[in-house]
Amino acid sequence: MSNNYVNDFPILQKTMNGKRLVYLDNGATTQKPLSVINAVQEYYASFNANPHRGAYELSVTATQIYEDAREKVRKFLGAEKTSEIIFTKNATESLNLLAYSYGMTFINPGDEIVISIAEHHSNIVPWQQVAKAKGATLQYLYVNEAGILTDEEIEKKISSRTKIVAVTQVSNVLGIINPIEKIVHKAHSVGAVVIVDGAQSVPHFSVDVKVLDVDFLVFSGHKMLAPMGVGVLYGKEQLLDKMPPFLSGGDMIEYVWEQDTSFAPLPAKFEAGTQNVGGVLGLSAAIDYVEKVGFSNIEQIEKELIHYAIPKLQQLPFITLYGCEDLSKKTGVISFNVKDIHPHDVSSILDADGIAIRAGHHCAHPLMQYLGVNATCRASFYFYNTREDVDALINALGRVRGVLGYGS
Amino acid sequence: MDLSEIYTEIIAEHNKSKRNKKQMENPTVILKGRNPSCGDEIELALKVEKNIIQDASFTGVGCAISQASTSMMIDLVRGQTIEKAQLLIDTFLGMIKREITEEEQLEILDEAVALQNISNMPARVKCAVLSWHTLESAITTEEGKTSESSQSSH
Ligand SMILES: Cc1ncc(COP(=O)(O)O)c(C=O)c1O
Repeated sequence: MSNNYVNDFPILQKTMNGKRLVYLDNGATTQKPLSVINAVQEYYASFNANPHRGAYELSVTATQIYEDAREKVRKFLGAEKTSEIIFTKNATESLNLLAYSYGMTFINPGDEIVISIAEHHSNIVPWQQVAKAKGATLQYLYVNEAGILTDEEIEKKISSRTKIVAVTQVSNVLGIINPIEKIVHKAHSVGAVVIVDGAQSVPHFSVDVKVLDVDFLVFSGHKMLAPMGVGVLYGKEQLLDKMPPFLSGGDMIEYVWEQDTSFAPLPAKFEAGTQNVGGVLGLSAAIDYVEKVGFSNIEQIEKELIHYAIPKLQQLPFITLYGCEDLSKKTGVISFNVKDIHPHDVSSILDADGIAIRAGHHCAHPLMQYLGVNATCRASFYFYNTREDVDALINALGRVRGVLGYGS
Repeated sequence: MDLSEIYTEIIAEHNKSKRNKKQMENPTVILKGRNPSCGDEIELALKVEKNIIQDASFTGVGCAISQASTSMMIDLVRGQTIEKAQLLIDTFLGMIKREITEEEQLEILDEAVALQNISNMPARVKCAVLSWHTLESAITTEEGKTSESSQSSH
């Protein structure tokens, strides 16, 4: 049985290879509801102009649209001020902004930057760059066999040498929710700032930056119904204020002289050049849609789906699951392997049934090395997925080994 | 897409067979081939003597397409001259790029013609060509060595 949400998503009405599209790659990107598609289309049909630059009505409207969206994001994240919301193009750019502006400025030789082994490459590589350039050390928080970050590990790795702790709130490979409160508590007790990668959390449950007391948080709009090309950086005002600009040029200045420039105040200081206003309006419509569905509902649906899917997968003797021991701290992400079959073959074979899952290393090489696997399959749900989607997955998985000549 | 056109019996068989998947003693050249985007990694070992690939084998992990492609390639080049191996590489890559479509021309690929339909699956093309590109680099390395050694012996 499909749910009503599906009707709002044009792409989910499509057939793939003659089969209903079963989209289970929401960790990579989500599909877009008509309201988001229409918002972007309406922006270009009716409101397009360069914001902040013109004294004519259209430009004023575009500016208004852009700044209204910022206010919506502020409320959505529970931030105190709109100046603390910076638009970027994605989580990756937000993390690079932090590495290059905060990291390169405030990290000194001998300092430690702490990240977890379950990070996406976008929260590893920029910190490696900072550590190399500044003579600092990159320390890893390792998860236990169940994929969980323990209190002991947090206590052990975060020390007086730690200046930055950058962790993902939810692992994109395992879907496991990390204990951000504990990490923040420990990090703040040693004077370190905490950067949270919310790429896999913000779309799936309510995240309040003030309640968590995180210093920075990033996410990508496209993983939460919004168009690609819009991301967000939240940062505490007093920290953003003391950071130098990341990119420089138009819109981020106050005055420019021949040899010097005074920078615009927040948030413009970090938004050089013409921004993706249409995309930002799409993000605004996405937040409206998500709030209409409601996070308690989203969490409930995803929980039901994994509680339905995981026991079924456990019944298949040829399936190995990763990070599925404790379902209480988990979003709708399931990583698994099919005995003897490489994830890419699994993915291609499921594709023939119209089922889209991710196969590979999920941009998390260090975690894969740590788990001792070369690659995994990943099914990741969003609220528009249904039990019917899970059934389709389970049925198709039953056929995979046979296609390559293995018995079941 | 029809799965049976891609995952043919021949491919399934080569994928499962460990005939060509083993360590080699005293290879003359070993080369790693990687698809960083999907994590496939093979190591190709050749024993080249007097311009002839006396033996070839591989180790490593990868999907059925890359494993089968590698195994079929090894069957084809074992015992062949370097020039013949190069012709096989050119023909195989030409087939995948759909630049070579004539059956007569493809005949030399024997079983490896089973991979022709991969060109309909753009996401998997790189799996099929990994070992062939690796072989090409290995041959180049090997040729470099011989030209060096023949130069020095003059
Ligand atoms: C945990 C996590 N962080 C960061 C990113 C990077 O997101 P983007 O590619 O949108 O910048 C992803 C996306 O895959 C992710 O899963």
